[in-house]
Amino acid sequence: MAEQPMPLWEVFIRSRTGLAHRHVGSVHAADAEMALQAARDTYTRRGEGLSIWVVPSAVITASDPQDKDALFEPTASKIYRHPSFYRIPEEVGHM
Amino acid sequence: MYSQALNERVEGPRVVEDPEKLAAFQARIDAEERIEPNDWMPEAYRRTLIRQISQHAHSEVVGMLPEGNWITRAPSLRRKAALLAKVQDEGGHGLYLYAAAETLGVSREELYEQLLAGKAKYSSIFNYPTLTWADIGCIGWLVDGAAIMNQIPLCRTSYGPYARAMIRICKEESFHQRQGYEIMLALCRGTPEQKAMAQDALNRWWWPSLMMFGPPDSESQHTAESMRWKIKRFTNDELRQKFVDATVPQGHYLGLTFPDPDLRFDEATGHWRFGKIDWEEFKRVLAGHGPCNRERLAARREAHQEGAWVREAALAHAAKRRARERAHKIAAE
Repeated sequence: MAEQPMPLWEVFIRSRTGLAHRHVGSVHAADAEMALQAARDTYTRRGEGLSIWVVPSAVITASDPQDKDALFEPTASKIYRHPSFYRIPEEVGHM
Repeated sequence: MYSQALNERVEGPRVVEDPEKLAAFQARIDAEERIEPNDWMPEAYRRTLIRQISQHAHSEVVGMLPEGNWITRAPSLRRKAALLAKVQDEGGHGLYLYAAAETLGVSREELYEQLLAGKAKYSSIFNYPTLTWADIGCIGWLVDGAAIMNQIPLCRTSYGPYARAMIRICKEESFHQRQGYEIMLALCRGTPEQKAMAQDALNRWWWPSLMMFGPPDSESQHTAESMRWKIKRFTNDELRQKFVDATVPQGHYLGLTFPDPDLRFDEATGHWRFGKIDWEEFKRVLAGHGPCNRERLAARREAHQEGAWVREAALAHAAKRRARERAHKIAAE
């Protein structure tokens, strides 16, 4: 009998308080509890983290790299979204 | 180093790639852009990476065996704790690498199946036995030293998930080499018997360590393609020379000699020149006829089979809990 595949989980770790959880890799595990254990053993052997999230890989929806231009190119032309677009006289000081 | 069989032909149907896509891909590589999992990539690039990363992962996992042999017999608690941590790191490195390979559309189960069936390669070095405690010193100093030499350039390899796994691995690997050299140092400063044991281990591990970098460039068929795609950044011979130059003075500091009558320092180039490597031995070991090939695979198969009921039970337990939660939810509604 072929073995059932172990579900895949994405692992996110908060390295210090004040920082966001960051993706570090993935693990295989039967359930969330075991995924947390495996993530701890695999990704935090040297004090890399204070908190771990594990998320079933199957529930992540990702954008397609082929849509990159359609999704992100429009922002390149909107330079008025940046503060440097606006001219303020020097005398006004820092703003 | 863990990619020795990179020099063999990649099997699979020949794919004729769209020249325009191929050119765009090469342009990204040339611009030092990283390639990410869902990006378009030539089939040969994908296959080469799956093979290289999985071989690397298998090497980490099989590499736990020669050292595991000495955990219960380490000479002190300090040495035992360090060796345990090192072997645990290697298990972790195998897992980072399987995860990186999986982003290319292959499952860990498939890759593991290839290893257990004897179809996948792993580094030839792990088919040598660890006869004395000094072998543990030599593995850390030489084998991990050679691994680091090979892995540092891989931190800049063109495939993003592989490069990121290598960065983590390199950070952890430097303790491995230092603990090995420290073992050698202690033996070389010990009794004459201890020093003789260190010398004997060096005599046995030196040549297999040089073979870890793979066949000479003149015989390596796929180096050019892997270099063009920036999977590899240095050739086998370049890395081997770097390793020899770094390692020979360390051996002399220990007061040991190398089992190579042709080893000499070349003043003009600043390199240590070494004698001829026995490539027949290398081919034999890679083909499955090294001193421990059968033992290593048998140990991996046994571990996998003995663990099957645990994996099965964990999945059944998870399924039961999910079903129970669903039933509770329906009852509550």
